[in-house]
Amino acid sequence: MSNKGLFPTSLSKKYAMAATGLFLCLFLVGHLLGNLQLFIPGAEGKEAFNAYALFMTTFPLVKVLSYLTYFGILLHAVDGILLARANRAARPVRYAKENGAANAGWSSRNMALLGTIVLAFIAVHMQNFWYVMHFGEPGMYSLASGEEVKDLHQVVMDFFGPANSMAIAAVAFYLLAQAAIGFHLWHGFASAFQSFGLRSAKYTPWIERVGQAFSVLVPLAFAVIPVYLYISQH
Amino acid sequence: MNLTLKIWRQNGPTDKGRMETYPVSGISEHMSFLEMMDVLNDQLVRDGKDPIAFDHDCREGICGMCSMFINGEAHGPGRGVTTCQLHMRSFKDGDTIYIEPWRAKAFPVIKDLVVDRSAFDRVIQAGGYVSVNTSGNTIDANAIPIPKPDADEAFNAATCIGCGACVATCKNASAMLFVSAKVSQLALLPQGQPERDIRVKRMVEQMDKEGFGNCTNTGACEVECPKGISLSNIARMNRDFLSASLKGE
Repeated sequence: MSNKGLFPTSLSKKYAMAATGLFLCLFLVGHLLGNLQLFIPGAEGKEAFNAYALFMTTFPLVKVLSYLTYFGILLHAVDGILLARANRAARPVRYAKENGAANAGWSSRNMALLGTIVLAFIAVHMQNFWYVMHFGEPGMYSLASGEEVKDLHQVVMDFFGPANSMAIAAVAFYLLAQAAIGFHLWHGFASAFQSFGLRSAKYTPWIERVGQAFSVLVPLAFAVIPVYLYISQH
Repeated sequence: MNLTLKIWRQNGPTDKGRMETYPVSGISEHMSFLEMMDVLNDQLVRDGKDPIAFDHDCREGICGMCSMFINGEAHGPGRGVTTCQLHMRSFKDGDTIYIEPWRAKAFPVIKDLVVDRSAFDRVIQAGGYVSVNTSGNTIDANAIPIPKPDADEAFNAATCIGCGACVATCKNASAMLFVSAKVSQLALLPQGQPERDIRVKRMVEQMDKEGFGNCTNTGACEVECPKGISLSNIARMNRDFLSASLKGE
């Protein structure tokens, strides 16, 4: 009975949640660093961003990382649904009166809701840009190297610019999603370390501080991008 | 003090159950919560009605029998106390107080506020012990030197009274705080080492089998635990289970 190894226990599901969650945190950092090129103005910015997009869609190592990221998102979502379902089943009769705020933070009690918002955002976000880049027919752009590529820079500019009549709604939705990611990380970052048992009196306060800084700064930096692109074009 | 009590009544395990309202009057703020319940039950008996069934035993905060989910919190609004240590001065005259049983699939209601917590016993039976040779040449446990910090940490884990407040409080009805305290109190001592790996695997397996939920690290259990059992025990169990599982067999 005890020879099953790691799968499929309640704890192994938590390890998977933590591992994929931390991996996706790394992805966020990489994604943000690439996106910061959208702040470069004029033709120089167009060249830099489109060259970066070409690199991201063709470099073999990035390909591997991107498939790992898709897999990570799916595993994190499916595992989260399984855990949430099991947790609901563990309390078939609810309390008439609950005071969850008395003993736990709001983020920690709403991870499934926040995760659902983030997943919906990922679907919309990929439809907005990833799908257009892979399967759409946007205008072309000639890189300095002479290569003809799809002009993703223009797609992004138009999406948040006057060309899109729904641009203000897009900005609002992107901001909401970043808030959801922020609250999700507020609990999730440090929680992942706890799930792996990485806890000590010396390091845990630092892990929590880094997690809180991460959950504020990274979504905030992401959120500035659509706001900047909207304001600079209107 | 005059109070309005909204209490869960359920005739037996198969009864659907419902919240019922009871007014009580003449309650002293010096009474414990259980004494207040005694006053209500005395009145119910005098009126020829069925008194409210609730668990209690030592009434000094060490047995772990008294339960009750009071106004949305296990053992009520106090910190580091059981229901018998909760006093009526924590409430105001005219308050409405909700009193419910521990809610978890693994803790089925027997009657009213009494739940069956034998799931905890089965988790202990699965591995919460050390095997000791008692055939005549027993070794004095105190002969083995143990670092003071380890002994203290093991003792802190061992102060868990198995009341189930962690399960009742957890939004997922997870038993991780209880199970991890029982894993830790032995994992921290030399006597617990030979069975350390198999113990954590068996206890986690039994915990899952009982139908408790999963830990989402909200930390609510630690806040509501009458004995202040730390989340560091859960981290230790997570570490031990990972390492025991990776070793394989």
